[in-house]
Amino acid sequence: MASSIPASAPAEAVRLAAAPAARAPRRRRPWLVMLGVGFVALLVLVAVAAPVLAPEDPIRQSLRGRLSPPTWEGSDRRAHLLGTDHLGRDVLSRVIYGSRVSLVIGFSSVLVGGILGSAAGLMAGFGPRRMDAVIMTLADAQLAFPFILLAIGIIAVLGPSFPTLVVVIGLSGWVSYARILRAQVLVVRSREFVEAIHALGGSFARVVLRHVLPNVLSSIVVIATLELARAIVLEATLSFLGLGIQPPTPSWGGMVQDGREYLDSAWWISTSPGVVLMITSIVVSRTGDWLRDVLDPTLRGE
Amino acid sequence: MRGFVPFLGQRLFRALIALWLVSTVVFVVMRLSGDPVPLLLPPDAPTSEILRVRHDLGLDQPLPVQYVIFLGNLAHGDFGRSIHFREPAFNVVRGYLAATLELGLTAFVLAAVVAVPIGLFSAMRRNTLVDHVAMGLALIGQSAPTFFLGILFILLLSLKADLFPTSGRGDWRNLVLPALTLGAFTMASIARLTRSAVLEVLHADYIRTARAKGVRETWVVAKHTLKNAAIPIVTITGLQFGTLLGGAVVTETVFAWPGIGRLAIQSIYDRDYPVVQCTVFLAALMFVVINLCVDLIYGVLDPRIRAG
Repeated sequence: MASSIPASAPAEAVRLAAAPAARAPRRRRPWLVMLGVGFVALLVLVAVAAPVLAPEDPIRQSLRGRLSPPTWEGSDRRAHLLGTDHLGRDVLSRVIYGSRVSLVIGFSSVLVGGILGSAAGLMAGFGPRRMDAVIMTLADAQLAFPFILLAIGIIAVLGPSFPTLVVVIGLSGWVSYARILRAQVLVVRSREFVEAIHALGGSFARVVLRHVLPNVLSSIVVIATLELARAIVLEATLSFLGLGIQPPTPSWGGMVQDGREYLDSAWWISTSPGVVLMITSIVVSRTGDWLRDVLDPTLRGE
Repeated sequence: MRGFVPFLGQRLFRALIALWLVSTVVFVVMRLSGDPVPLLLPPDAPTSEILRVRHDLGLDQPLPVQYVIFLGNLAHGDFGRSIHFREPAFNVVRGYLAATLELGLTAFVLAAVVAVPIGLFSAMRRNTLVDHVAMGLALIGQSAPTFFLGILFILLLSLKADLFPTSGRGDWRNLVLPALTLGAFTMASIARLTRSAVLEVLHADYIRTARAKGVRETWVVAKHTLKNAAIPIVTITGLQFGTLLGGAVVTETVFAWPGIGRLAIQSIYDRDYPVVQCTVFLAALMFVVINLCVDLIYGVLDPRIRAG
């Protein structure tokens, strides 16, 4: 779960929370960023090429081949590298196909959150004071509440369909984008050249595209990366609770849930997707942190 | 204390707005989900009976009227009767509250007690192997999915090592794994925060002065460093307690812990709206109150922020 720190929290404390090592000599580590980006690219490749890479059909059941252990543990050297689950489905193939759900929902909801958040931030910054107050109060209210409870409620009621998941997970992350855009708009708005653009008949879009967005682009990239990690984990958590993409479509969270009953006898069912999920989450969020150090040190407030 | 009353008023106002928004969302979502009456009655119930139950529950009123009644009831602490348990929803939730508080407080205390010394030690021994290992673990703790951490703990510490029971509530041994799972994120955050707060302070002029005066190193750490690093630590630590409540839903489900998180999930499946409303509202209330307290503590500790 991502930490949610209400806006009302004193800025000093938030700044420190965001700074892994204040005043540490900042080492530029672009190769680590490249490693992270490379990992995500690999994951995308796996997701796209799943039909080629997966040794078997991920939803084909085989009652005779139930719960067979991974190759290195099994006595019979069947061709299941990571074993099979309680329905005899090949775990490796399911993990490979599961990356599709994680990535598609992850990227789509980051996109939805980014668009909604940016729009809200622009509206708050350029709009009348009252609109600003309403939007920022909404942001505070959302951060002032464990969003997962709300997400669970909404999805349980509306049904766990793909669009619902994307919108709910996207909505869970709009606030950071809104904040950063609003702040930038407030900086730019009071500048004389913006007034000059208005006076000369320049358009609103011009101000946004030429003077607001370029200044926040790197921050947005950083936020989007961190949000991607959060979205993937949130999707997996919802799937684990039975509120994600429904079976038989394989998803990492759902697979961990499937294997829960068999932890004692067939540990590999839960562990394989779980470890992949964990690595993904750690690598992506670390990449976000490193990107922040490289692209936008101001986000950590130094 | 000039400026403190407006500061207090503003924070209180925000807290009320947040509560109102949460309850409105709850109302809208619950009404979107359809009619609970068929769940209450046998499938062959006569229409007159259905209408009677609808009337009893106030579901035959127009939506705005229902909304006003809903808000009025909330203000009185009346969350309606549980459909599943057939008693007032608040009584049901109250029965589960103790388990959640027990788990949440244990996780929180565990996290703080473990993390602050680790963070401090990491900062003092900066860039040593210990520091790297501790911060590496903290990073994993911060980004690992809570539910999978729980599964890993069950697999390794309960099934393989047989140290703790896998689920349920009982003596302290039942509490260890859920508290570790729930507290992992908080622990990691506090450790990292403590480290950076201490590092920040270690560079301050007054630390150099203290050292130059010949103050003993332990005293420098205890008095000058920790005391000054405490403000951000206290703030974030307090806020973390609020986020724990969200994690409780997942942790309680993994460990079959009989708290309000698991109750909420179960009630959603049962379409037991009054109980869901009540849990969500109480969770929001706790969250908002905690945030308010943290803000106020901060306002007292650091008068500068009252101006801002």
